[in-house]
Amino acid sequence: MIRSAAPVAAGFAIAVLLQLAAGSVVGPFAVKLLMDIGINVVLAVSLNLVNGFTGQFSIGHAGFMAVGGYVAGCITYYGSFLLWGGASVRPGLLSGGTLLFLGACLVGSLVASGAGFLVGLPSLRLRGDYLAIVTLGFGEILRVMLQRTGDVLTDPASVKGAAATTLATSLGGSLGFSGLPYYTNLLWVYVFVTVTLVVALRLKFSSYGRAFLSIRENEIAAEAVGVNTTRLKVRAFVLAAAFAGLAGGLFAHEVGVSLNPRELGFQKSFDIVIMVVLGGMGSVSGAVLAAIVLTLLPEALRSFSEFRMPIYALALILMMILRPQGLLGLREVWELPWLRRRSAGGGTETA
Amino acid sequence: MDGVAVGSLYALIALGYTMVYGILQFINFAHSDVFVLGAWLSYTLAVAFGYAAAGAHPPLAAGLLILVGAMAACGLAGFTIERLAYRPLRRAPRLNVLITAIGVSLLLQNVGQLKWFFGTQPQRMPSLIDDKILAVVAGVQIHLVDLAGAGTALLLMLVLDWLIFRTRMGRAMRAVSHDTAVAALMGINVDAVVSFTFVLGSSLAAAAGFLYAMKYPGLNQPAHATWVLLGLKAFVAAVIGGIGNVRGAMLGGVLIGFIELFGAAYLSPHLRDIYVFSILILVLLLRPSGILGKAVAEKV
Repeated sequence: MIRSAAPVAAGFAIAVLLQLAAGSVVGPFAVKLLMDIGINVVLAVSLNLVNGFTGQFSIGHAGFMAVGGYVAGCITYYGSFLLWGGASVRPGLLSGGTLLFLGACLVGSLVASGAGFLVGLPSLRLRGDYLAIVTLGFGEILRVMLQRTGDVLTDPASVKGAAATTLATSLGGSLGFSGLPYYTNLLWVYVFVTVTLVVALRLKFSSYGRAFLSIRENEIAAEAVGVNTTRLKVRAFVLAAAFAGLAGGLFAHEVGVSLNPRELGFQKSFDIVIMVVLGGMGSVSGAVLAAIVLTLLPEALRSFSEFRMPIYALALILMMILRPQGLLGLREVWELPWLRRRSAGGGTETA
Repeated sequence: MDGVAVGSLYALIALGYTMVYGILQFINFAHSDVFVLGAWLSYTLAVAFGYAAAGAHPPLAAGLLILVGAMAACGLAGFTIERLAYRPLRRAPRLNVLITAIGVSLLLQNVGQLKWFFGTQPQRMPSLIDDKILAVVAGVQIHLVDLAGAGTALLLMLVLDWLIFRTRMGRAMRAVSHDTAVAALMGINVDAVVSFTFVLGSSLAAAAGFLYAMKYPGLNQPAHATWVLLGLKAFVAAVIGGIGNVRGAMLGGVLIGFIELFGAAYLSPHLRDIYVFSILILVLLLRPSGILGKAVAEKV
């Protein structure tokens, strides 16, 4: 606990600073980009728990994001209607609206982790390939189901009169859930980024994290030395789903975002996978770097946007052939050989 | 009848998945994109031959020529993919191969979508045969397209079955699938067998693409979600039949076709994608080796 306190405090301080200063210094577009980066960092780092640390392969991460986003969105939107009669933002650092938003994000994250448990339990007993298929299938089923939900209710009287089940299924269908209040700001994004990073890093260097890594390196050997592989795989999966749900909640309440099923399809899942693979399988800071670069790159290359996916795909193939462990591999940025003095205990690197 | 027609398409695609899995133990994610390539190439060839006009049905030979052309082109594509992307990773961990396969899949989808290839617009496949109702048996309409599709698929499967169980190459394939290292020691050229498998699987997928385009002429853009789902269902068919088992894939494909269409007809048409994946999860839980698969203990 104590060892985490300093980084958490530092992270929160940065979040506050960003919130206070960034808007006036760099303008609203850059603020939006910073929020996108933060959300992608949460997604990439959490997927790294499954794909990087534990060596499983999930390609349905956007599905968990969608679960979290829709649950959180549903709670804040209809909750605002029921409490205050409208879905406009109620400003203030700890106003009722903000508290509702935070609560909704946490509930969304919980529900997403529940979904992670349900999806992970049957498939994690089997080998990684099946997990990939089941997660992809899960994402697609979820997309189909979300596209079949009803229109969003927009007038207070009908919201008040509707049953809870009607509210939970009035999520906008294929047009998307529009009209959500924009509660997401730099402060909350980076508070959650801090939490994600601290959890991921502390996990990596704990006995839990070593157990995760042992599953990735050799599942049979890990089991032989007493690691309960199935249980740990499910735990990694549930934890990753929880953070993805959190990211979904942030995404749902972000300015200029349309929360629709297509946006959160397998294309998004692949985007996150690419961040993890490029950054380094098992490297938290690598995932952060990759998330930053891959969020900014499309903006820089806007005029070549049709080549974005072909280039990503080619990069993925070449990376696997030439440097299969990703740019950083298991290492963190501060563990790179050219960054640290010749210290005695090196080599956490594994192939 | 739809069930048989769609099921035989799933079976054709599932064969490619299952053959590759049997030999290399990995899921060739790009396989469904080869199927899409087959469908789009059939369209391109049909248009190139000048059959775009509605109602003008070309002679049967032209249709066959398009089918063979698409199969040959996709066979070449399959060979190239294996040679360039998968062969360098033959000894790499499975996860890396899986990621590469996804990379290849993304590459095919998105390159196919560039304007120099098939573009982002959905197209309409010219109808190559007159789709008339041949007979009505017990209230079931038998369409010519369905019959031709199922017939072609069945014929191809019979050819494949003969190839695998009656020829030297087939014996080599079975040997490699049984134990790659020992097969290599017995003087089998493993690389050649793997290449042959990819060519075979890819051309079957192309045939499925052609038949699919005949039955459902509205072709979506190559990266559209419908294609991904089709490929996934074919993979599910391979798993249900017992992955690595060629006859299992045929059985699984037809089974999936029936489950999907009966579910859509009698339960709810909107949830048709959900039945197949529920079946997958059930099979994984109850009998992970599939209907015709043998349970294999993991070697330590």
